[in-house]
Amino acid sequence: MRRLALALAASLLMAAAPVPPAPVVDQPLADPALEARAVALQQSLRCVVCQNESIAESGAVLAADLRQVVRERVAAGDSDEEVRAFMVARYGDFVLLKPPFEPATWLLWLGPLAVALLGGLVVAAYLRQRRAVPEADALSADEQARLEALLAEEDEA
Amino acid sequence: MIRRLMFFAPVMVLMILAGLLWLGLGRDPEALPSTLIDEPLPAFELAPVRPGETHGLSSADFADRLMLLNVFASWCVGCRVEHPFLMQLAEQGVIIQGLDWKDAPGDGAAWLADHGDPYDRVGNDPDGRTGIDLGVSGAPETFVVDAQGRVRYRHVGPITPEVWRAELEPILQRLETEG
Repeated sequence: MRRLALALAASLLMAAAPVPPAPVVDQPLADPALEARAVALQQSLRCVVCQNESIAESGAVLAADLRQVVRERVAAGDSDEEVRAFMVARYGDFVLLKPPFEPATWLLWLGPLAVALLGGLVVAAYLRQRRAVPEADALSADEQARLEALLAEEDEA
Repeated sequence: MIRRLMFFAPVMVLMILAGLLWLGLGRDPEALPSTLIDEPLPAFELAPVRPGETHGLSSADFADRLMLLNVFASWCVGCRVEHPFLMQLAEQGVIIQGLDWKDAPGDGAAWLADHGDPYDRVGNDPDGRTGIDLGVSGAPETFVVDAQGRVRYRHVGPITPEVWRAELEPILQRLETEG
C-alpha cells in the first residue's frame, strides 16, 4: 500500500516536472570532407554535462548545441585549431579530451616515461651488481682432498 | 646506509601516493573553473522576456554596480528550488539580471508570471548561444559581475540560503568594499 502511494506520488511529481528542451537534430554538412572534419573535432571535445563522453557521443542537449557550433565554425572556414580554441576560451582546457602539452601538464605527459626510465636504471644497476659477484675461487689441494673423502664416505653409506 | 634507505623507498613512495589520492578524494571532479573569472562579460544582446518590453538584457547593462547574472529556464528544476530565495534577495536590494536559457519565447514570461519576477532585466537566449559564450554547462548558474562589467565569481547550481551565506555574500561584501 505504502509502495503504491510512493509510486503514485512519484508519477504525479514526474508529470508535473518541466520538460527540458529537445536536443537540436543533427544536420550533417553537405560537404563530406567538412563533415568528416567536424565529426573528428566533435570526437576530440569533451561534453561538460556528462563528463566522460565526447560531444560526438553524448545525448545531452548542450552537446547537441556544441556539435552544431562545431559544424558552423567548420563551415565558416575555421581551422581545427581555431575551433578548439573557441571551445577552450569558453569551457577551459577541460574540454580537450587530449590535454595540451604545457608546463602544467608536463608531469602528466612525461611522468610515465620518467617512471619507466627510473625503473630501467634500477634494474640495470641490480643486474650489473649481480654480474660483478666474483667467481668462487678454485678449491685448494686440501679442500679437494676433503671433498673427495666426504663423497667417498657417502658412497659407502 | 644507502641500502637501508633503498629498502624504505618503495614504502615512502606508496605513502606519498596514498596521501595524494586521499586529497583527491575530497575534490569534486565535476566542479569546473570558469574561464571568465576577472574577464569582461562577452558581448550579448538578448530579446526581452517580459511582454511589452523592447529591451531584454545586454552585456552593456552590467555597469556602475555590482550585480548577479542568473541563468535560469522554465524547464529547469533547480531553478524552482532557488527561485523563492532569489525573490528574497531581490527584496533585500540585490540586483539580479536574468538570462532565460534555451526557453521558447513565451515560456519564460509565463514562468515569471507564475513564480514571481526577481530580476532587474531579463533576456531570452532561445538557442543557448549566449549561454555557450558564458561557458554555461546547465541551469541554474549564477555569475557575480562587478561594476566594471567583469565576471568575478561563478556558482553552479541553485542558490540556497546556505550557499548564499557561505559563498556568495562574503564575495559580494568584499567586492562592495573594494569599490
